[in-house]
Amino acid sequence: MGSMNLTLKIWRQKNANDKGKMVDYKVNDISPDMSFLEMLDVLNEQLINNGDEPVAFDHDCREGICGMCSLYINGEAHGPDRGVTTCQLHMRMFKDGDTIFIEPFRAKAFPVVKDLIVDRSAFDRIQHSGGFISVNTSGNTIDANAIPVNKEDADKAFEAATCIGCGACVASCKNSSAMLYVSAKVSQFALLPQGQVEATDRVLNMVKQMDEEGFGNCTNTGACEVECPKGISLENIARMNTEFLKASLKG
Amino acid sequence: MSGLLKSSIGRKFAMALSALFLMFFLLQHFAINILSVFSADAFNKASHFMGTFWAVQYLLQPVLIFGVVFHFVMGFVLEIKNKQARQISYAKNNGAANSSWMSRNMIYSGLFILIFIVIHFIDFWIPELNVKYIGGDMSGLNPEGNFRYYHELQEKFEPMWRVALYCIGFVFLALHLLHGFNSAFQSVGANNKYTKGLKGISKVYAIGLPLGFIFIALFHHFNH
Ligand code: HEM
Ligand code: SF4
Ligand code: FES
Repeated sequence: MGSMNLTLKIWRQKNANDKGKMVDYKVNDISPDMSFLEMLDVLNEQLINNGDEPVAFDHDCREGICGMCSLYINGEAHGPDRGVTTCQLHMRMFKDGDTIFIEPFRAKAFPVVKDLIVDRSAFDRIQHSGGFISVNTSGNTIDANAIPVNKEDADKAFEAATCIGCGACVASCKNSSAMLYVSAKVSQFALLPQGQVEATDRVLNMVKQMDEEGFGNCTNTGACEVECPKGISLENIARMNTEFLKASLKG
Repeated sequence: MSGLLKSSIGRKFAMALSALFLMFFLLQHFAINILSVFSADAFNKASHFMGTFWAVQYLLQPVLIFGVVFHFVMGFVLEIKNKQARQISYAKNNGAANSSWMSRNMIYSGLFILIFIVIHFIDFWIPELNVKYIGGDMSGLNPEGNFRYYHELQEKFEPMWRVALYCIGFVFLALHLLHGFNSAFQSVGANNKYTKGLKGISKVYAIGLPLGFIFIALFHHFNH
C-alpha cells in the first residue's frame, strides 16, 4: 500500500478563554505504517517549518499504557479502531484522500487548555476522594498475598485495574458521564478483601466528587465500553450502582 | 438514605424503579385488554372490577399516576443535566459506531409516548372519571342495562385516525423498551450471568407487547 494524502480538520484554540474553531490542513506522503500521533508530528514539522504555531496535543508513552493521548477522531474517541489508544492507532485505518476530523475530548468537566489538550484533573480529584486503600507501610508491611482471594474476583479486580484513566469513556458518552472510569476504580477495590474496610466511604465519596465535577448521568448506551481502549466492562457500572446503594442505606 | 435523589446514581435508580413498575403495569393492562378479543363478557367483568374495586381505584391508581409523572419528569431532569455536561458539541460525532439509536433517543421516544398517554387519558380515563366520580354512576351499565365497557371500546376504535395514532404510539413504546428493558436492570445493579438470557426476554417483551396492543386496536377496528 502506497502513501496517503489527507485533509485534516483540526480544532484550534489558543488558550482556555479563546473561542476556538476548526481549521483545515493538508498532509502528504503519510505512510500507512505510521501511528496517528506520528502523522500529527509530520503536520507539526510542516507547520513549524512554515513559521506557524504547531498543533498542541497530549501524549507520553506512545505505547498504550499511560492514558495521556486523547483526541476525538472522525466522531470516535481514539478513532475508528477498537481496543486501542490514539498512539496505537495506525494510519492504515484510513484511505488516501480521506478527510479526518480531529477534536478534543468534549465535556464540561474536561475544559480545553489549548488546541487538542484538555484538563482531565477531574479524574485525579475523583481518585483522591477514595480510590485507594490505607495500609501500614511503617516497617511491618503486610504481604499482599496474606489474605487469600478467589481467582474469579482477583481476575475481575485486575481487569478493572487496567483502566488507564484516558477519559475516552467520558468523551464517547452522549451525557459526558464518567461512570465507566469511576466504576472501574471502585470495582478494583470492592472485589478484594483489602478494599472492604473503606468500601462504604469510598463509593459515596467518589460518586459525590464525580457529580460535583459536572459529569452527566449514565443512560446505559454502552458507548463507553465499546470505545474504551482497555475493554472495561459495563458490569463494573452495575457493581458500582449496587455498592452505592448498599453504602447509602448504611449511612 | 436521605438525599439519594441528589446523586446521579440515586436518580438513575429511581428512574429504573419507576420504569420497572410501568413495565409491570403494562403487562397487567395488556392481560385485561386481550380479553376483549376473546370474550366481551370477560372484558366487561374485568373492566368493571378494575374500575370500581376500592383498592385499585384509591391505592393502585394513585401509585400508577405518580409512577408515570415521576418517570417523565425525571426523564426531563436527566436529559437537561446530561445536556449541560457537554457545552460544546462535536463537529463530527459517530454515535452509531458505539451505541444503538434507541439508547441515544430515549427522550424522543419518551416524548411521543407522553403525547400518546395524554391522548389516551382524554379518550378513556377522563370519560371514566366523569361518569363515575362526577356523574356518580358506579353501575358500569349503559341505558339499556348492559355493561358499557366493551361497547365503548369498540366505538373508540372505529375512526381510522385514532387507530393509526395508537399504532404509532406503540411503535415508539417498542423503541423505548428495546433499550429501556435491559437498561433498567443495569441501573438497579443487575448485570450478571443471567443478563444474556434477559436480553432474549427483553426483545420478546419490547416487541411482543406493543405488537399485541396494535393487534387489539386493529382487531376492534375491523371487527364490529
Ligand atoms: C411518559 C412518557 C415517557 C417519557 C418522557 C420517558 C422518558 C424516558 C427517558 C428520558 C429515559 C432515559 C433516562 C436515562 O437517561 O437513563 C427513560 C428510560 C426508561 N423508560 Fe421511559 N419514558 C416515558 C414512558 C415510559 C413508559 C410508558 C415505559 C414502560 C412501560 C417506560 C420505560 C422505560 C424504561 C424501562 C427505561 C429504562 C430505565 C433505565 O435506564 O434505568 N418509559 N424514559
Ligand atoms: S474506563 Fe476505559 S475509557 Fe474510561 S478512562 Fe478507563 S481506560 Fe479510559
Ligand atoms: S501516549 Fe500513552 S497511552 Fe497513548
